[in-house]
Amino acid sequence: MSGPPSPGRGLGSAKVEVKGLRVSFGREEALRGVSIDVAANRILGVIGPAGSAKTTFLRALDRMNELKIGCRTEGSVLLDGEDIYLPTCDPVALRKRVGMVFAMPMPLPMSVYDNVAYGPRLRQGREPSPKAKVDLDELVETSLKAAFLWDEVKDRLGGSGLMLSGGQQQRLCLARTLAMRPELILLDEPCSGLDPISTARIEEALSILKERYTIVLVTNNTKQASRVADETAFFLMGELIETGPTARIFLNPSDRRTEDYVTGRFG
Amino acid sequence: MNAHKLSQRVAVALLGGATLLTLAAVAFVIFFVLEKGLSQVNLEFLLSKPRDMGKEGGIFPAIAGTLFLSLLAIAAALPLGVGTAVYLAEYTRENGFTRALRFGTDCLAGIPSIIFGLFGYIFFVTTLRMGWSLLAGALTLAIMVLPTIIRSSEEAIRSVPESWREVSLSVGATRWETVRKVVLPSALPGIVTGVMLSFGRSIGETAAVIFTAGSSFRMPRGVFDSVRTMAVHFYILAREGISTEKAYGTAAVLVMSVLAVNVLTYWLMHRFIARRAR
Repeated sequence: MSGPPSPGRGLGSAKVEVKGLRVSFGREEALRGVSIDVAANRILGVIGPAGSAKTTFLRALDRMNELKIGCRTEGSVLLDGEDIYLPTCDPVALRKRVGMVFAMPMPLPMSVYDNVAYGPRLRQGREPSPKAKVDLDELVETSLKAAFLWDEVKDRLGGSGLMLSGGQQQRLCLARTLAMRPELILLDEPCSGLDPISTARIEEALSILKERYTIVLVTNNTKQASRVADETAFFLMGELIETGPTARIFLNPSDRRTEDYVTGRFG
Repeated sequence: MNAHKLSQRVAVALLGGATLLTLAAVAFVIFFVLEKGLSQVNLEFLLSKPRDMGKEGGIFPAIAGTLFLSLLAIAAALPLGVGTAVYLAEYTRENGFTRALRFGTDCLAGIPSIIFGLFGYIFFVTTLRMGWSLLAGALTLAIMVLPTIIRSSEEAIRSVPESWREVSLSVGATRWETVRKVVLPSALPGIVTGVMLSFGRSIGETAAVIFTAGSSFRMPRGVFDSVRTMAVHFYILAREGISTEKAYGTAAVLVMSVLAVNVLTYWLMHRFIARRAR
């Protein structure tokens, strides 16, 4: 699959720069001034106990928070150096560049094929040319293969996405995201409802996908972060406590609270 | 036997009794009408024109008139109603305006149909000079069934899981693309139910129609021709004492039409749900 590497930026340069990000819902401040960079072609793991605003952080990166009533965002999020919170930035166009996989497997009520083709079709006209149809078939196949799902569904692409198992559904959602050829993939506890085998499949997919994409993975499972993340960020009560290479965060954290969390003393 | 067991049994007995009584009333009405009218119903009755004011002959123009009028009414009410429902459910947040709108539609639903007839007569027939016509009758019926369509569509749209909308928006779909490709297809069974209920109501409506569509029993040639529906035909035959037998015959056809619409609705819905859940 030909995912676009960010132009003019080498491995390790920042794909996303978050500066002083604050998000509040009504009077409640969820995210309290977070600044962090996400390096290109790396996996950033975001860990922290429930209620530490990991998901709010994630959803701020493709402006999904603003769909909720009473949400206010301050600070800036630069994607390839451009602030996505400027009034000139169109959230619909932004979300085509940034893919998201939600915590619960959430196939749309349509066939496996249509689920994967949903995003790409939004860019096509009403009457796609025969060539566009062939291209779409190809894109669906490569996306399903990249999500390690192709072999299990290739004979029932026309069947409903809702009839797959939970683990298959989540990989279908990953394939749906990949089919958009996003530059940045956001995953919100993608394995929280899955069995160990499905989880392993998803983790396997992620470690291959990071060659082409930049990935932010929110997880409640610290072991998962230690397995797949290159960098890890620890959130607590809406604040970023510490971030750094995963090995350092787990073996030699500089903050006491990080140490307590990764060693399982709370959370 | 202790007290709460007794109260449980009494409750079950009363609830069961209420259900039974309801069913019995419906069954009795249907049986009564069919028993009196079915002997009149044959192919000739269904397919020929009335003669001698309806004392002889059939009711074909009335069947056609009923069908045209109801279809036209739904054709007018469907886009308006579903559009309003989509707007209310997808594009507005709950505020004074939406509450007022919802209150308005609820009031509209409670107004007796003869008032709609009167309004239709003054507005469509007289002021807009449509005369007694298919069009005036259909528009009046459309206003009458709008609340049902709006309410059932809104309920159906709101019951579509929020997460599906989020997924659609997260891959870069606009609100409208999300409504078109995800929300409306999922809400379709609920919308269809409302529409079919409205259709059934239009078929049986008398008071709103007699003032607006008139009572001519010639075949209509266009939307500005007057038509007589089965309900109106029945009313006139019975009221003017023209023919009790033919009146009951008409009633039997009317009742069977309404039943057929309802059965068709359920069949369509089950088929639709089964197809999607495949």
